[in-house]
Amino acid sequence: MAHLRLFGPAAEAAGTRHDTIDEPTVGAALRAATTRYGQAFAAIAAASQVWVNGEQAIPSTPLGDGDELAVLPPVSGG
Amino acid sequence: MIRVMPGSSLRDWITCTDAPLPVADALTWCVLPSCGAVVSFVGTVRDHAEGRDDVVAVEYEAYEEQVEPRLATVAAAARTRWPDIGRLVLVHRVGRLLVGDASVLVVASTPHRAEAFEAARFCIDTIKQAVPVWKRETWADGVGWGLGARQIIGADDIHHDPAGTHPPDGARTTAAGTGPGTAG
Repeated sequence: MAHLRLFGPAAEAAGTRHDTIDEPTVGAALRAATTRYGQAFAAIAAASQVWVNGEQAIPSTPLGDGDELAVLPPVSGG
Repeated sequence: MIRVMPGSSLRDWITCTDAPLPVADALTWCVLPSCGAVVSFVGTVRDHAEGRDDVVAVEYEAYEEQVEPRLATVAAAARTRWPDIGRLVLVHRVGRLLVGDASVLVVASTPHRAEAFEAARFCIDTIKQAVPVWKRETWADGVGWGLGARQIIGADDIHHDPAGTHPPDGARTTAAGTGPGTAG
């Protein structure tokens, strides 16, 4: 089970900042999250970067027990 | 979150905090015998954005555990480009801020002024692209996520002048203290 972290517009669209997800890869986890949260989330996720344990990830990146998958929409700090 | 000044043996002061930014302490901390220049940049909450009149507050949300590692990478990249940097302060604030409140602080000290200006400029430009922070503005007629948001860059890209405002590393050492630099 991986821990899902959502931020900014992605958290707003999903209605949550934390969740758990049980999928073998980043791509599968994002598909499952889209099913769970709907199209507004899907549109934001498609324009976001995805990190696993603080490192940039791609759809084929494997997910294991205890990994942290984070969805980072475009940033606006400073 | 560190609120007090780091010890005198440290060279970087890197923090993500929900407290007011320690601007005066940071300026004092950056003064070193070997450094004749201290340059600071303070980003403050502005009362307007494009199409948004009378902004009254900005809520900064962060992937908090990852902000300090990213700031540290920005600091390391700046030190690679400007090896003469004495002390460097990079602090980002999170939480709800009002107009005029400081949201981000960069302070750099160097032997001569040109590198201090350039390094501070590099740091703030890079922070805006490399740190996982999102702002949500409240203005007279609404609430919305910050305009002009951009894809967060990869850790490796931090070392490659992502804002494109500085010449290559090789042009650096000869310009120290003599030219107008590239900021502005």
